[in-house]
Amino acid sequence: MPAQTEARPVNHSSAKLQYDAPQPLCTERGRMHPSRALRYALTLLLLPLGNALAAQVQVAVASNFTAPMREIASRFERDTGHQARLAFGATGKFYAQIRNGAPFEVLLSADDTTPGRLEQEGAAIPGSRFTYAVGRLVLWSPTAGLVQDGPDLLRKGDFRHLAMANPKTAPYGAAALATLEHLGLDDTLRGRLVQGENIAQTHQFVASGNAQLGFIALSQVAKDGRITTGSGWVVPTDIHPAIRQEAVLLTRGQDNPAARALLDYLAQPQIRALIQSYGYGLE
Amino acid sequence: MALDSVALAAIWLTFKLASVTTLVLLLIGTPIAWWLARTTSRMKGPIGAVVALPLVLPPTVLGFYLLVAMGPNGFIGQFTQSLGLGTLPFTFAGLVVGSVFYSLPFVVQPLQNAFEAIGERPLEAAATLRAGPWDTFFSVVLPLARPGFITASILGFAHTVGEFGVVLMIGGNIPGQTRVVSVQIYDHVEAMEYAQAHWLAGGMLLFSFLVLLVLYGSRLKQGWRG
Repeated sequence: MPAQTEARPVNHSSAKLQYDAPQPLCTERGRMHPSRALRYALTLLLLPLGNALAAQVQVAVASNFTAPMREIASRFERDTGHQARLAFGATGKFYAQIRNGAPFEVLLSADDTTPGRLEQEGAAIPGSRFTYAVGRLVLWSPTAGLVQDGPDLLRKGDFRHLAMANPKTAPYGAAALATLEHLGLDDTLRGRLVQGENIAQTHQFVASGNAQLGFIALSQVAKDGRITTGSGWVVPTDIHPAIRQEAVLLTRGQDNPAARALLDYLAQPQIRALIQSYGYGLE
Repeated sequence: MALDSVALAAIWLTFKLASVTTLVLLLIGTPIAWWLARTTSRMKGPIGAVVALPLVLPPTVLGFYLLVAMGPNGFIGQFTQSLGLGTLPFTFAGLVVGSVFYSLPFVVQPLQNAFEAIGERPLEAAATLRAGPWDTFFSVVLPLARPGFITASILGFAHTVGEFGVVLMIGGNIPGQTRVVSVQIYDHVEAMEYAQAHWLAGGMLLFSFLVLLVLYGSRLKQGWRG
């Protein structure tokens, strides 16, 4: 770490600032000279660049995988010494960011189409992708005992808002819509649907009580295979398309040993068991 | 390709939201700005700071607290429920409430500056002519503060059009009710529909530039600073 504080670009620019110091930093009227101000701002912008560590991997993680990935990352660090830096969000947003030069090295997608697409477009390494988890959808309420018979509850319609992730952009949203279509309720409930931009926000809508019910990821409310808070109906996997979640090595992570190590680590038996304990299926 | 019906619905909703919000803000922002401009109370500092908070707070903070406060267990939610209105998140009214908080400083501060610039003398003159406080306000203050009202309206409207984080947090993305243009653009980007995103995003860019051009162009001409 001490070596990091001596990082070259920072030293260079701050030395330059010091060298220039005798020149007036401010004009007589008390304002900073424009060119000095610009250089000062640029120096500050470049400061963080000195901090890139070699054994670090930048990981973009689909929001539904937040809880398990936190635990996996800390185990990964303990077992391999590599550090995984996690960013959580919607897969579609990560796609746009990766295509536009975001420094992610591994993507844990919420679907099985985005990694393939990145691969075709040259942003991911061919042959590196695999299904790390199969998502399970749950109709959930923070109220204990409310959700007993899910389809029955939906048919009765005794609620004002039903939350789900955006079906256009989130696989869990698409699965939720498919479930409603399967039950023949998509038209009747249309006016009561509220959409979260990703599954984390959908959970927030329900957990805060603003929506009485919501289709969320089982992993958000389950530990060791059981729902820990509120009540829920785990939607049978045969009534919605499978939520196959793929991991892929991105081009930026090609030469980073920590990136490949993380992908290998995700496929290890003890980690697969951990993923399963969060309510995911496996392939 | 041009704008489809979904996009037009989002644009219409955005303008409706910005118009209603601006009207509400002028109604409640004017007395707040007047008080801030005139008072010698010790509360001037704290109230001024609260009004300015949305300038520095991330919209996520505002949106999160609004979601919790307007929810069934929050104090606003309890109040609206006791009135039989239900809860506000995921409704147009909820977005108006959120936008009013979000754009408050953009209306109050130009008004406050305009009121302060008037000074005491015109008010004293009006008083010597036996004008009552309301008469003074409508016959003296309003005409003198007109540039301030124009700036406040434009900024309040434009800032609400540009709102994103708060709507995302409390909106629920309902077409025709809470899916405004900025959220629609975000949706398109996430769905990788970049062509549609470009149409709306380019339109927003042009709109915002024109609004600011009108605002700063007229300011330069008048030599007036808000």
